[in-house]
Amino acid sequence: MTTMAPDAGAQDTTAHEAVFDAAVAAEERIEPRDWMPDAYRATLVRQIAQHAHSEIIGMQPEANWITRAPSLRRKAILMAKVQDEAGHGLYLYSAAETLGTGRDELLDKLHSGRQKYSSIFNYPTLTWADVGAIGWLVDGAAITNQVPLCRCSYGPYARAMVRICKEESFHQRQGYELLLALSRGTEAQHAMAQDAVDRWWWPSLMMFGPPDAESSHSAQSMAWKIKRHSNDELRQRFVDICVPQAASLGLTLPDPDLRWNEERGHHDFGAIDWTEFQDVLRGNGPCNDQRIGQRRRAHEEGAWVREAAAAYAAKHGKATA
Amino acid sequence: MTTAALALGDDALVLSHRLGEWAGHAPVLEEEVALANIALDLLGQARTLLSLAGDEDELAYLREERSFRNAQLVEQPNGDFARTIARQLYFSVHQHLLYGQLAAGDGPFAPLAGKAVKEVAYHRDHAEQWTLRLGDGTEESHARMQRALDALWRYTGELFEPVEGLSVDRAALREGWLAAVTEVVERATLKLPDGPQSGAWTAGAGRQGIHTEPFGRMLAEMQHLHRSHPGASW
Repeated sequence: MTTMAPDAGAQDTTAHEAVFDAAVAAEERIEPRDWMPDAYRATLVRQIAQHAHSEIIGMQPEANWITRAPSLRRKAILMAKVQDEAGHGLYLYSAAETLGTGRDELLDKLHSGRQKYSSIFNYPTLTWADVGAIGWLVDGAAITNQVPLCRCSYGPYARAMVRICKEESFHQRQGYELLLALSRGTEAQHAMAQDAVDRWWWPSLMMFGPPDAESSHSAQSMAWKIKRHSNDELRQRFVDICVPQAASLGLTLPDPDLRWNEERGHHDFGAIDWTEFQDVLRGNGPCNDQRIGQRRRAHEEGAWVREAAAAYAAKHGKATA
Repeated sequence: MTTAALALGDDALVLSHRLGEWAGHAPVLEEEVALANIALDLLGQARTLLSLAGDEDELAYLREERSFRNAQLVEQPNGDFARTIARQLYFSVHQHLLYGQLAAGDGPFAPLAGKAVKEVAYHRDHAEQWTLRLGDGTEESHARMQRALDALWRYTGELFEPVEGLSVDRAALREGWLAAVTEVVERATLKLPDGPQSGAWTAGAGRQGIHTEPFGRMLAEMQHLHRSHPGASW
């Protein structure tokens, strides 16, 4: 959609809106210089920033195991993954910046708690198997959420998601393969894998957000084609994907109510503890303080480095890197 | 050749581990990517080199402190960003010149060095660029960078000690290293540290399995899980 610049002042908002709505309806991509409703812009900034923050905070639970990875091969895989996450954060901040909000401002909002990140990263990684469970379940849930975003109406976000989803799928397979090695390993390794899946299963289901009936932004996001499927639809899709995968891993999912429903053609599953979800969102999860604390500390302790780079660039012209 | 493979492999393994500790703590996102990238390159080199000497995991996870052959420089704690950059500068200039020599020869390390020298050129550039920015940045960054260069200077002499099975022109290596480091340090408005590059007691100590205190703690963390499950595969 390239018909109108934001300052094409002669036309009123209604006319702009009609063009915008038509473009969205025709599955055209909205680009940074196109007119868009303020609320569309604000929703995207919020969603893309939170997505970027999640990549950055999400480095912590996994980086927690880099120095303890049990083989050099696994260590290399994990380092590469954490590096990719930093890269995803960079793509996403760039995508958010096309909407007129700078990375510094977004980071500031993360550090001051005015913008959120995915609640899943407030859970601790207590054993090596958690690295596998994160890859399989958390990345799996993220992919289920994100693949439809590759068709999101906002071009820069959709294009970032195409690149990110490719790498995420790779991580997810690696996580699955890590758990498979543990599941088929010694008794202690198998128990470690099962314990990790037991702890990460429900938090992964919460990643899809509140039930449709309570999801405040959903209807508008779907109308704008930012979102393509409801939270509950995606959650159901994820459960249906995971059940056979768990079976082939030789691991069980911690839900006594989980069973195939012939009539629906889907798995029924137990009730999610939404009180826990709300608690974690409000900052009372196991690691909220730790995660944001480390993030702030890294930023504050790095201030002199960023100042040095800026001072050097001012003296010597544009920085070389 | 085994001694040399262990010395070079342990250098890469240990420095990679230290850089891995930065994950999630870097001053800016771009450095999360850069430090992890360098750590990964070094880990790749370590795996190739240790595999020349035996089984990579057995060598990494089941040797004790006294059997590691890395130079003491690479085991030094990360400290602040300047300390990490000074360590990178001293080491990557050395590794770049060393691998350049090895790649040009026909010894057992030529194939590895030929491939790795491209990675190391990037590590060296990264360290030099940051030495310039920190040295010629603000008053604070200048002071921190100078302190870091001074503190790590004593560990650099060891890089030029003979290693059994490693055939290099050590005089040329040392001369090239000193010239390159001097050039960058001066351009960064910093001073080359005074004093001995290595005291009698530090010369060659890491290569003989004599390490500094923080190293044992680093290994305890690195090896703990592997050692807790003897014989398991991962």
